[in-house]
Amino acid sequence: MENELRLAPSGDLALVASFGNEISEALNTKVRGLMLALEKVKVDGIVEMTPTYCSLMIHYDPLRIGYDALCGKVRDTLGALDDIELPEPTVIEIPTLYGGDYGPDLDFVAKHNGLTVDEVIKIHTSGTYRIYMLGFTPGFPYLGGMDERIATPRLETPRTKIAGGSVGIAGAQTGIYPIDSPGGWQIIGRTPVALYDPLSDEPILLKAGESIRFVPIDQATFDRISREAQNKSREGRA
Amino acid sequence: MSEARFIEVIKPGMLTLIQDLGRYGYQQFGVPVAGAMDQFAAAVANLLVGNDRSDAVLEMMMMGPELKLNFDGQIALTGADLGPKINGAPVAAWQTLAVSSGDVLSFAGLKSGLRGYLAVRGGIDTLPVMNSRSTYTKAALGGFEGRALKAGDQVPVGAEGTGTATVPLAIPQDQIPVYGVSKTIRVVLGPQDDAFTEAGLQTFLENIYTVTNECDRMGYRLEGPSIDHVKGGDIISDGIAFGAVQVPGHGKPIIMMADRQTTGGYTKIAGVISVDLPLLAQSKPGDQIRFKRVSLEEAHELLKARKDFYGEIPEMTAAMPINLAEARNPISQDIISTRLFRLNVAGAVYDVKVEEVRV
Repeated sequence: MENELRLAPSGDLALVASFGNEISEALNTKVRGLMLALEKVKVDGIVEMTPTYCSLMIHYDPLRIGYDALCGKVRDTLGALDDIELPEPTVIEIPTLYGGDYGPDLDFVAKHNGLTVDEVIKIHTSGTYRIYMLGFTPGFPYLGGMDERIATPRLETPRTKIAGGSVGIAGAQTGIYPIDSPGGWQIIGRTPVALYDPLSDEPILLKAGESIRFVPIDQATFDRISREAQNKSREGRA
Repeated sequence: MSEARFIEVIKPGMLTLIQDLGRYGYQQFGVPVAGAMDQFAAAVANLLVGNDRSDAVLEMMMMGPELKLNFDGQIALTGADLGPKINGAPVAAWQTLAVSSGDVLSFAGLKSGLRGYLAVRGGIDTLPVMNSRSTYTKAALGGFEGRALKAGDQVPVGAEGTGTATVPLAIPQDQIPVYGVSKTIRVVLGPQDDAFTEAGLQTFLENIYTVTNECDRMGYRLEGPSIDHVKGGDIISDGIAFGAVQVPGHGKPIIMMADRQTTGGYTKIAGVISVDLPLLAQSKPGDQIRFKRVSLEEAHELLKARKDFYGEIPEMTAAMPINLAEARNPISQDIISTRLFRLNVAGAVYDVKVEEVRV
């Protein structure tokens, strides 16, 4: 419905198109739809777009397209959304080694929720998590859809360094750290897949509006994927 | 093979970074734009040496570096006045300077502004990462190994190209920005101006705010009267543009700058217009800011005028080839800079020589 759309300037080089003020799949689907549709109709003057939970920031060059003309394009595109064919959201699999040195808080998460470690892994790997947006650090996904049965509060004292690839839980949210960073999430495992590789052709693996699923792997698989990723990264550097 | 052209870092200065106009196209993936804080000064420096506006330059903060220039060619210095010297003798900024391999560029000390820019003909030629040479130090991305320059670094300089050398150019004195300690910064309201009370908006627009010590490439925290929200300063995270004025629950504005994160969860009362961002980028702790509301149309007209100005720079030729002997060995130490340019006033051409004298 078009009347839910709110358009507002953010400075003189960006327009914010917002669909509401709540975290919901329905609103996030509209954000994704508008962004993909605008990419498809190729509006001259749009520099890039930043999708978030319930709004799309459109960075534009006002010397190529005026604010009012851009607002018109956004409304037109939204009005014609039913006629524009958009790709189905993809599900990206994230192979994850749970527990051990890579998941030091897995036991705590299990204990906190009165579950076994295997049950935590089973619950965590059975969900499909929507990537609402990326932000905070390059490639960091804000994921939705975690099962409340494994919700766990953050660490009381955050760690000064969490390795890139770490998979964690904070409250009712799950997430992955793309690069080494400080943080207070309960770390339950690690993926050998690079979410962020600045020198590769596709520097960021994940994309807002898509989904991910965690797939449990063993140490041998972790090591193999890890080696392959390093070789690929070296090729990129060469 | 031709000889390697590079800048050798003798002393790194306080914070010397390779920057271009930013890394665009990756904000949807959470990658900050980074880029020159003062995009006007960076662009002008490039145009003065015949580069593209978006070529990579060095951004030098407060205390400049000492650099050995291992190439023959042209350079230009713009932005803050860091007191530039070549081989120990003061040189002028905002104009093309010819240099020879072995020349040493150093800086006497900050006189005004905060960030100086050095463009070299051919551009700084490090490997672009995600289509940009800009340094984003927090993720060790781009520039020179993703970090500020250190002593001993050799920064590659691009080839001059096959074209003829650019004629020396000079920005007329009256077009050179003045970086005062008290300034008016123009803003466009939004996108969450409706999250503030009428009184809150008035507080923001009618008071003086002071730049605090917490100001860096990511953002400028300001001190001043608290700005009232209707109900709190938190929102569901949305995008953040360069110059967005965030007001968290504590009511004090934070202006988001070049290294801002791509998204954030605080209300944004307004956005600084593009042509005033350079003034902000040159602001130091203690500087005073008054915000002035303008319309989006006005902001876009100012931006158009700025783009026209860029187009005119190649015509701003120095009246005669800049005499380097003179530029490097000023007759008197009292002359802090010498500028030569040709003015076109109502169809008549005037050759003007201006000497800035210390009083």
